[in-house]
Amino acid sequence: MRHGKYPFVIGFLAAPVTIYVVFVIAPYAQAFYMALTNWRGLSPGQFVGLENFTRLFQDEVFWKALRHHGILLLALPLITIIIALFLAFMLNVGGGSQKGMMAGVWGSKFYRVVFFLPQVLAIAILGVLFQSVYRPDGSGMINSLVSKAGLEPIGFLIDPKLALWSIVAVLVWQGVGFYVVLFSAGMSNIPKDIYEAAMLDGATRSSMFFRVTLPLLWDTLQVAWVYLGIAAFDCFAIVQTLTVDQGGPDGSTTVIGMEIYRNAFVYSKYGYASAMGVALFFLTITFAALSLRVSRRESVEM
Amino acid sequence: MSDNDLTRRTVLRRTAAAGLLATPAMGFLSACVAGGGDGGATDQAEGEKSAENPLGVDPAAPLEVVIFNGGYGEKYATDVHEPLYKTKFPNAQIKHSATQEIATTLQPRFAGGTPPDFVNNSGTKYMDFGTLIQDGQLQDLSELFAAPSVDDPAKKVSDTLVAGTVESGTYNGKPYVLNYVFTVYGLWYSEKLFKEKGWTVPATWADFTALLDKIKAAGMTPYSYAGKNAPYYQYLVILATAAKIGGPDVLKNIDNLADGAWKHPAIKTAATQWAEIGAKYMDKAHEGLIHTEVQLQQNQGKVAIYPSGSWLEAEQSASTPEGFNYAVMPIPSATASDALPATGLYATAGEPYFVSAKGKNPRGGMEYARQMLSKAGAKGFIELNKSLTAVAGAEEGIQLSPGLTSASTVLKAAGANVFSYRFDSWYKELDTELRTATNALMFGRENADQFAERMQKKADAIKADSSITKFTR
Repeated sequence: MRHGKYPFVIGFLAAPVTIYVVFVIAPYAQAFYMALTNWRGLSPGQFVGLENFTRLFQDEVFWKALRHHGILLLALPLITIIIALFLAFMLNVGGGSQKGMMAGVWGSKFYRVVFFLPQVLAIAILGVLFQSVYRPDGSGMINSLVSKAGLEPIGFLIDPKLALWSIVAVLVWQGVGFYVVLFSAGMSNIPKDIYEAAMLDGATRSSMFFRVTLPLLWDTLQVAWVYLGIAAFDCFAIVQTLTVDQGGPDGSTTVIGMEIYRNAFVYSKYGYASAMGVALFFLTITFAALSLRVSRRESVEM
Repeated sequence: MSDNDLTRRTVLRRTAAAGLLATPAMGFLSACVAGGGDGGATDQAEGEKSAENPLGVDPAAPLEVVIFNGGYGEKYATDVHEPLYKTKFPNAQIKHSATQEIATTLQPRFAGGTPPDFVNNSGTKYMDFGTLIQDGQLQDLSELFAAPSVDDPAKKVSDTLVAGTVESGTYNGKPYVLNYVFTVYGLWYSEKLFKEKGWTVPATWADFTALLDKIKAAGMTPYSYAGKNAPYYQYLVILATAAKIGGPDVLKNIDNLADGAWKHPAIKTAATQWAEIGAKYMDKAHEGLIHTEVQLQQNQGKVAIYPSGSWLEAEQSASTPEGFNYAVMPIPSATASDALPATGLYATAGEPYFVSAKGKNPRGGMEYARQMLSKAGAKGFIELNKSLTAVAGAEEGIQLSPGLTSASTVLKAAGANVFSYRFDSWYKELDTELRTATNALMFGRENADQFAERMQKKADAIKADSSITKFTR
């Protein structure tokens, strides 16, 4: 039956590969071409070479957006991973040994559901939800408490110094649950005997975390870092729905996705917007490649 | 235990795929890649010109109409304008459709060379007029405005319109756009509230601030606009004040990207005075609210004065309490030596319609516009939408709502001192920058000098940018 292998494999692959080429690869290729034209959305634009890119590198707004991605790239993975690791550890190992098995803190099954819930919400719903959480007057969810305490309401999204961090908080809130589950999966793959041995040697919870869990979880952490980094390059929807003046106040929350949208659909500069998209594409790819390479190390053999 | 399904290895394998899904923003751009579009104006329907048919419409040619389904709905088209056309040309098929997203629906059709004949290009997702004109997509409407009007063949269509209507749709000397709804802008308040409290409409700046003090003392937010999505309501007020101080040419220079237009002393004075209003009489939190939220606060008696256009009353009709009685006042004089009187008003024809130059039936599109501009067409629109139209005097004999009556009163009082600007639709980049700058000014992050500096810089950048089509008036 070996002679029938290739038709069989091709038969299965043809449809998905075609769909992938038509709906993913082809639009990308077109976007790369569009970035080299001055297309305005109607009749085909003229070829302008790298003009869009020279313009891009002189564009203050682009650099501003890039700086925001820089902040997001550091803050988002770091905060999310730390919180998620802590929670995952508590849920899986934090309760100590019960009948010779490592267990989570009391009620961990319930917490797991609670933590995962935000992940289920669509990002647009999240935007609407946090609009009322962050409302800058006394009717906001947080500010109603703040003003009951007799303090000035906090301008989460209207204070340029706070706005980007308010966005980070939303993304962390939404993301943590997924990584709790991811890390839990990683932790449950760590052989129980290692923990038992550590416990017999009198290891404390913290040394168990830093010397056993963390090293054995390294691959999963690396994956989380890449995923969160990629998420940090997006943020379009949440900025679009949540921020003042879409990326404001004073451009303090704008991201490249937002500027792509603005240039394409508000200014009708599709060519220029594509150039931004191409830049974003290379940034993301570079980030993913770099972080996989830099964090590569020998996995622990068991 | 289902957690075990997600092992490290499967996750790692997926990372490679994630790299390819990495740039989410790019997908939607490619969704509207340019089609062919031969651009030729071939096979366009044309009929015999006559007194009855001055635009030479082919009576049997189908006509496709696309309406923006926003604040004005689509009923005025299906119930008033389309029947008028159909009565005139019973053999013509009308294909009607309505959408809330004009650009998303129509851009591919224009790019592909099969545009609809008549379009209401409005809403937040309208197609950029500059681009459409640059691309030769819009029909020159000179012939329409020169044609005899429906009601009086001795009068040209342009003579039946409110002064400035044709001009408002003119780009580089040619009228391409019909602006159908006439909008009066000013400061809106509840007539009932003002009467109860004994407050009167101020004419000078000193009267204005004295009134705001009184309102503040009464425990209300005296003045407000929504910073989150409507800073343009407020920048209109700042620029209107500048026009009152220095004359309408201040705005004309801004539109024409004249050198140093934003450095005019009138702009600095206007910005300084409004920044003070922002600092003293506004609620900081309103920068984070959207316009309907602030409007609702006005209806609830928490905000006294709100800048907007005459659509406000109709837009708010569901949440306005009985007897609220919207009324509008022009922006008070800013200085003792203003170039324009206190009655001077920002008013202009808005709500744009155009005929496709590359469509199948441009003559039919123009005739449809001619029917819209008839007394019957305008009357139907006013009755359905409670808004004034660009057809002069069409509202006579119709019972108008309080807000609209007030708008039409201040408009009469303004006489010839009516002004407007065009840069917001000509140069969207300038509009975006001004929204940001206005919030920074009104909420105390920047002063008037920085405001003017920043806007001048942006205007200069646009002027120097060869990729942006320039317009003058």
